[in-house]
Amino acid sequence: MPVDSPVVPVALTVNGKPERLEVDPRTTLLDALRDRLHLSGTKKGCGLGQCGACTVLVDGRRVVSCLTLAVMNDGASVTTIEGLGTPDALHPMQAAFVACDAFQCGYCTPGQILSAVALIDEGHAGSDEEIREHMSGNLCRCGAYANIVEAIRTVAGQEG
Amino acid sequence: MSALESDPDGLRDDSQEGVFSVVRQPVRHDSAVKHVTGQAIYIDDMREPEGTLHVAPGFCRQIARGRFTAVDLDPVRAFPGVVTVLTAADVPGVNDCSPSIGGDPIFSEGVVEFWGQVVFAVVATTRDAARRAATLARFEVVTETPAITVADARAADIHVLPEYRFGRGDVEAVLADSPKRLDGRMVIGGQEHFYLEGQIAFALPGEDGDMHVHSSTQHPTEVQHLVAKALAVPDAAVTAEVRRMGGGFGGKESQASQWAVIAALAAAKTRRPCKLRLDRDDDMVMTGKRHDDVAEFAVGYDADGRVTATRMDFYARCGYSADLSLGVNDRTMFHADNAYFYPAVRILSQRLKTNTVSNTAFRGFGGPQGVLAAERMMDAIAVETGLDPLEVRKRNIYGPDRDVTPYGMKVEDNVLPEIIAELERTSDYAARRAEVKAFNSRNRILKKGLAFTPLKFGISFTLVHLNQAGALVHVYTDGSVHLNHGGTEMGQGLNTKVAQVVAEEFGLTLDRVKITATTTGKVPNTAPTAASSGTDINGMAAQIACRQIKARLVAFVANEFGTPEDQIAFRDGQVIIGNGSVPFTEVVKKAFIARIQLSSAGYYKTPKITWNRDRAEGRPFLYFAYGAACSEVTIDTMTGEMKVDRVDILHDVGKSLNPAIDIGQIEGGFVQGMGWVTTEELWWDDKGRLRTHAPSTYKIPCASDVPDAFNVALYDSPGNREITIFRSKAVGEPPLMLAASVFSAVFDAVASLKPGVIPPLDAPATPEAIMRAVTAMRRAEV
Repeated sequence: MPVDSPVVPVALTVNGKPERLEVDPRTTLLDALRDRLHLSGTKKGCGLGQCGACTVLVDGRRVVSCLTLAVMNDGASVTTIEGLGTPDALHPMQAAFVACDAFQCGYCTPGQILSAVALIDEGHAGSDEEIREHMSGNLCRCGAYANIVEAIRTVAGQEG
Repeated sequence: MSALESDPDGLRDDSQEGVFSVVRQPVRHDSAVKHVTGQAIYIDDMREPEGTLHVAPGFCRQIARGRFTAVDLDPVRAFPGVVTVLTAADVPGVNDCSPSIGGDPIFSEGVVEFWGQVVFAVVATTRDAARRAATLARFEVVTETPAITVADARAADIHVLPEYRFGRGDVEAVLADSPKRLDGRMVIGGQEHFYLEGQIAFALPGEDGDMHVHSSTQHPTEVQHLVAKALAVPDAAVTAEVRRMGGGFGGKESQASQWAVIAALAAAKTRRPCKLRLDRDDDMVMTGKRHDDVAEFAVGYDADGRVTATRMDFYARCGYSADLSLGVNDRTMFHADNAYFYPAVRILSQRLKTNTVSNTAFRGFGGPQGVLAAERMMDAIAVETGLDPLEVRKRNIYGPDRDVTPYGMKVEDNVLPEIIAELERTSDYAARRAEVKAFNSRNRILKKGLAFTPLKFGISFTLVHLNQAGALVHVYTDGSVHLNHGGTEMGQGLNTKVAQVVAEEFGLTLDRVKITATTTGKVPNTAPTAASSGTDINGMAAQIACRQIKARLVAFVANEFGTPEDQIAFRDGQVIIGNGSVPFTEVVKKAFIARIQLSSAGYYKTPKITWNRDRAEGRPFLYFAYGAACSEVTIDTMTGEMKVDRVDILHDVGKSLNPAIDIGQIEGGFVQGMGWVTTEELWWDDKGRLRTHAPSTYKIPCASDVPDAFNVALYDSPGNREITIFRSKAVGEPPLMLAASVFSAVFDAVASLKPGVIPPLDAPATPEAIMRAVTAMRRAEV
């Protein structure tokens, strides 16, 4: 397979900011975010769509950004962890993750948080059991699940 | 002479009593806000300097064992974007990246010992080009039959290290005289680390052959040494640095080195920054896992279920090289007693060589395999005697005059009787045992199991010289503190705990203490962050550094203010001087003007440990950490499906330095252990190819696997009996082994099918393993 492919243009709105990129059509959304836009908060865990570390919101829906090509999202609005909140103005889910110690090594955390935000919007935070089921696509090898569920429950309770 | 001066090592035992403002508090992880906002920088997040090249390893995909007679790398070199290809011929120094014993070539020179063994590395302008090119090498090979399993290696009698054994008494004679005796065998599976951040290194060449390597490693000192050895430069020319890892779990103790060395070789050859980040599948294929074992035992016991003698044999799959297999398998032996007294005992370990990736450290470092075998023995005795399994355990637990381990160390700090009594009450064990029995008599298909397992885990590196640590503390003239130590942060909260110690010592708030990246340039000659010892040894080293600075400040203040030294203290951002106080910042400024040194290197070595392996005598551990867990499961005897319904844990961390972090370690360790004994199954085919090399085929626990009821509490400890940092205990590894209770609960559920028959359940208890055991039970005759 040739390594050089014709580049194609793609327009994204990332964290509210319009971005225009010329990318190899095989570039994943994840690589476009990390390598081209230098938004390194989105992590690559497995590159197979199996671990959830690369979860971002595309038009409000959670997607694993390693399994979607940048060009497939032309015109879409993407939210990464950097766009959710800042250290001085945390999103309630970010604040809850801090308050509940819902991480250890931190590598899965951005994906967990974006997944959690979408989960509440989907209406899947009705019970701990439901939260656990609908968070099962986001692996945490440190096993901080009890605290992750607690953080989501806290935010869901505030919003509900 | 002040109290501090009379105690230059700072080991004066004043840490048990007193009021503390920073230690023993549930302060949050130092990187908490960075983690939730995506601002924490892992190595792959560092902005790449212009001209950065990317490296990908390549291997011979045809064989697990044999040799290649010719390699054609021309198609690799011709691939667009490829800058160079590295092979063994490109190693200026020694072509070896083993932690100690040798036998781990950086690049194979012709012999292939496992499927995935690195032969070359591609250096290219993009990671994608490097990875694509790495698949294009052509090999002419001579194939040999690989030894894949423990059985293969036993049949061939091939080993990476000599057999080792210890024990006491005439085991065979006691076994022969015992009122009862049973023999058992179980397979204990391995485990993939699956750190979410895969192996990565980023090497930046400097002047004069210097090399700066950012490595996701638990052992920067070893990376430094191995890079220097490969580049044929002095250790002093190499700096290894790590700010944080996205998980380690032992998988980055020795096996981060190869990738750091290859990145450095690439950087040295190209004179450009070079980054190597393993693809997940390559990571799982090319890096070692927890050792899997076959455990065989014979145990004699009396009518009360008390062990009289036991012979336990462990046959470990070590993979193709020794790596850390000596220490790992020794620790299997050290924990083959778990918490039980064996009057006569002989423990043996064979370290088998197989044509699979070299197995390595993994949280517990061999201990979990020993614990699981001990618990199987207790469960089997319970089945044979008809006694409640917890009663059998209580009768065999260490106690007065039954307190010497198989390796001769006396158990002096046993708190298990208290822990067991409390957890038995809070978990409502007796009532639930009755409920489980009632459930099982009502239900034909679904069966419940309940198990209660204790834990005793030895704390210290069993390789005595690793029990040392250093720290570097600077106080600047604005009163802020720079902290560096030899330990590495992998999510366990080590940096937070050590910063707590420093803040406490100076009476400052945590925000005044700056945590900095671990680097061999600041604290040299360190041990790996392993053996749960990170906080124990680095916390002590940091405390010693602080006390050295404090001693100078106290002497200065006493002289300036004419106040006796024993009336000077540090708290609330102030230096308390008699009845008055002066802000710490003011004191520091004055001290600088008076030419008082405000920086210190602290050094600590663990006392009391005297293990002599050759003679199998002495004391390997400073102390033990204890805990207990009670788990309830339900299995489906038609499908093998299993669900963990409830878990109760009571765990001993001494006086916790940080209860929030410690609870997190206990929960996380337990979940990881639960994965090991239930869903995480490694599978090699008969050609030696790992077929479970991605999360699609290798199942680690996810949120929905965590039990509905998960109750974790810290044992209300009076503090570590030994002098440890603020009387805390190590917490990293021990809780993983509490998951033995899940495995025993599955065993209990299967055992309910036919009382009196011992289920042949192997670990992990996957649905297939459960069905095999269920089927065997149905066929068994009582």
